[in-house]
Amino acid sequence: MEWTVRALQEQISAGQIRSEEVVKAFFERIDKIEPQVGAFLTLLKETAYEQARSVDEKIAAGQPVGPLAGVPLAIKDNLCMTVGPTTCASKMLEHFYSPYNAHVVENLKAADAVIVGKTNMDEFAMGSSTENSGLKRTCNPWNTSRVPGGSSGGSAAAVAARMCAAALGSDTGGSIRQPAGFCGVVGLKPTYGRVSRYGLVAYGSSLDQIGPITQTVEDSAILLNVIAGYDSRDSTCVSEDIAPVPDYTADLEQPFEGLRIAVVESLLEGAQIEVQQVIAEVLKIYEAQGAQLVPIQMPHFDYAISAYYVIATAEASSNLARYDGVHYGYRSSRAQDYIEVYSKSRDEALGPEVKRRIMLGTFALSSGYYDAYYLKALKVRNLIREDFTRAFEQADCLMLPVSPTTAFRLGEKTADPLQMYLADIYTIAVNLAGVPAASIPCGLDRSRLPIGFQIVTAPFTEQTLLRIARMYERCTCWHQQLPEIAQ
Amino acid sequence: MMKMSDSYTIVVGLEIHIHLATRSKMFCSCELVYGQPPNTRVCPVCLGMPGTLPVMNKTAVEYAVLTAMALRCQIAPLTKWDRKSYYYPDLPKNYQISQYDLPIGSSGYIEISQEDGGTKKIRIRRAHLEEDAGKNIHDAGGYTAVDLNRAGAPLLEIVTEPDMNSPVEVRALAEELRRIVRFLGVSEGDMQKGHMRFEPNINLHIQRNGQVFKTPITEVKNLNSFRALERSIAYEARRQYEEFLEIGRTLQMGNKKTFGWDDEQEITVLQREKEEAHDYRYFPEPDLVPVRLTPEWLAEIESRLCELPLAMERRFQREYGLSRYDAGVLTAERATAEFFEQTMRLGAEPKRVCNFLTQAGLKIANELSVPIDRLRITPETLAKLAQMVESGLVSTTAANLVFEQIAREGGEPEVIVREKNLLQSSDGGQIEVLAEAVIAEQPQAVRDVVEENKKAKKALGFLMGQIIQKAGGQVNPKLVSQILQQKLNALKGKP
Repeated sequence: MEWTVRALQEQISAGQIRSEEVVKAFFERIDKIEPQVGAFLTLLKETAYEQARSVDEKIAAGQPVGPLAGVPLAIKDNLCMTVGPTTCASKMLEHFYSPYNAHVVENLKAADAVIVGKTNMDEFAMGSSTENSGLKRTCNPWNTSRVPGGSSGGSAAAVAARMCAAALGSDTGGSIRQPAGFCGVVGLKPTYGRVSRYGLVAYGSSLDQIGPITQTVEDSAILLNVIAGYDSRDSTCVSEDIAPVPDYTADLEQPFEGLRIAVVESLLEGAQIEVQQVIAEVLKIYEAQGAQLVPIQMPHFDYAISAYYVIATAEASSNLARYDGVHYGYRSSRAQDYIEVYSKSRDEALGPEVKRRIMLGTFALSSGYYDAYYLKALKVRNLIREDFTRAFEQADCLMLPVSPTTAFRLGEKTADPLQMYLADIYTIAVNLAGVPAASIPCGLDRSRLPIGFQIVTAPFTEQTLLRIARMYERCTCWHQQLPEIAQ
Repeated sequence: MMKMSDSYTIVVGLEIHIHLATRSKMFCSCELVYGQPPNTRVCPVCLGMPGTLPVMNKTAVEYAVLTAMALRCQIAPLTKWDRKSYYYPDLPKNYQISQYDLPIGSSGYIEISQEDGGTKKIRIRRAHLEEDAGKNIHDAGGYTAVDLNRAGAPLLEIVTEPDMNSPVEVRALAEELRRIVRFLGVSEGDMQKGHMRFEPNINLHIQRNGQVFKTPITEVKNLNSFRALERSIAYEARRQYEEFLEIGRTLQMGNKKTFGWDDEQEITVLQREKEEAHDYRYFPEPDLVPVRLTPEWLAEIESRLCELPLAMERRFQREYGLSRYDAGVLTAERATAEFFEQTMRLGAEPKRVCNFLTQAGLKIANELSVPIDRLRITPETLAKLAQMVESGLVSTTAANLVFEQIAREGGEPEVIVREKNLLQSSDGGQIEVLAEAVIAEQPQAVRDVVEENKKAKKALGFLMGQIIQKAGGQVNPKLVSQILQQKLNALKGKP
């Protein structure tokens, strides 16, 4: 049985296999693998089977079905769903049930997808290893003593271990691409404004974007087809008059003629040697297909992490102010007055990294510091945007590592948050610029841990991005590698 | 107690919050209705549920721009939204979406009427839009309950410069602003429903021996009636002066105090001693895009601007010779003013039409709680009726009855007058007969008139009344007066 979205959808819609059987097969895998990986916070067996049966009935009755008919998917637990809790992996929302579905969840349902569960993540998407989950530990399926990356670690691990055909994640500073890289799967962060954020629990509103984590480039294109597009409920969502949504699968197999790849030499130096070597091989594969390398400078890239940790935390400090124990979520039983309802509820239910970022952001927005931090960070952000604009005047895409290292050990970096922040060097600038980027599996290191490379393109050129990614994927077989646990 | 050598000026600036009469809330589609059971007019967005995003209400922006235009403000070509952070249980997100450094309107003014009939310009510092908070209800059996029906309602905040110098002026400004927003149709301005809330900033400039002492500024929070506004300022002025005599403290950075108003005892109550170092941590709202007020859009909004009530009031005095009082009553509501003007265009007598409208008209409209233009009477029928009184066909009293019937049930004045037999006699012969009869019957009254003694005026009225009574009320009083006067003059031996 082939587990890709494309293969499953084709067989199910053609009536060759029933969705119910597929879902059963996935749940059997989950029963076997999940205890070692811990990718899911909630499994939605009952509703998954209901959805599967209803798709099967439609097919049996000869009714038309959606592009994800009967395909089992997983959803990061910061996407609101009316079924099951929406926890953001926080004690604060451990028992919170959303009264509505996120835009992307509505779209998946309309496309007849089957949702098997909600995946683990760093609490409120703050982290790069999923170790900041307040509810559960997730291990990397390739080596369970390693982190799966984060913050969409549960989604990436679930796809890597084939506990679902594909998943949705969210990416604020690399949270789709980095875990995809660590777990050897494809992760796509679309252009800011391409996918509605309605129903995505906000971390850094001006940076957050929802995207697919899949086994193949084609699957990412299929999922993006379903989730992309205008939604009047998100004012930052771009109108289709300005940026039409193409069929991302349409010319996927067509190589990009005369591809120019921007490369920033100085940036590669910071990466682990094996990562550098693998990236060099990736570039060779493109060159062999006629691509031309264009060495460029990204003069402001170095400031991206500083700017990001000001902007993202400033927005987060405000976005997370609503978790106060008053209206919903965790409320301390020890509060004596309303001020203590706030302070004790937040103190007891939010984890240390979330508190750290709330404090950083609160500080950055405080009167007297605003100009020196927040305003300055916005200026840096503009300079970084200009760096990308210039890069895309000279080249069709930019290629970078996803992360300086492969998956690190659980607990290895938890004591040093700054070191953890610095590991986001290759992914963060992309969010500040709002451009699309994908992480594509491209090798394994000595310890058989996956390595990914990153393709970045101009705003709203996901179609080009996916075509470029497919050029690499069709020449290699890294995307077919499975962790031992999943074989 | 005032020291003999002291005199002081009250200095007041005002913040006004006005609820806009849009159909839905500022950033979600919840319908705006008042007086509903708690937490029944809410949705995930105005409840601040995780993952929700605000969507701007375009009508609210247009209402705010229209008001800012009426207040002669400069309109920002590009405006944006900012988050204002503070924790309070009635604020679901613990930040309020407001406008910080690019308000919709700035540097305007409003003209208010003064007691001497003149006008005074009060400068407007800024006008911006924001979302309202909910309401904390503190008497919920030992708990505080929160009602979020109001949360997210569009609020227009207007801030004046400290240009007002008496409680009466502040009240005049508040009332004028209410009249303007009602004229523009951007707010119902219903004080009972809390559509307008006021926060005055007050201090005194005390002149003593050629020196000026400024007292510390106090802010009175959340006043929701004109009466409370006026009284709290008068009270604060007295209190500040007494405090100055007692401790002599003057205005300094950070010694502003915040007071509440006790409506029953009519006193201000201290809420915050020092101005707390409130840091609202404003920053641009990342979930909304900036608003570009294009020249085309502004022109479209400007086309909805109407003549402002005070200007209209002055024009009514000038053009129609109405008293300031009458002109004021007519321009209290746009519907009344427009009804009056339409009737004027049909060539009716101003004072007479004014009386119909401001007496019977407003009474009935009030009773039925509708604006005057919703009554069954039209400017055309009113003009006709006024004409009938003018030409002596019906008495004023009868015309009022006709007005009331038409206002309630509709109909044509000529038909009603005929049906109800209200046409008054202008038959001079009949009146002469009746007048002679009354003169014969009432020698005493006649004598009073002829002798022109102290009772003469009263006696004349009495004789008039007798004649009208004999005629069954259906006579033209002007004609009665004329004929009676002739007869009595003859008795006096005058020509």
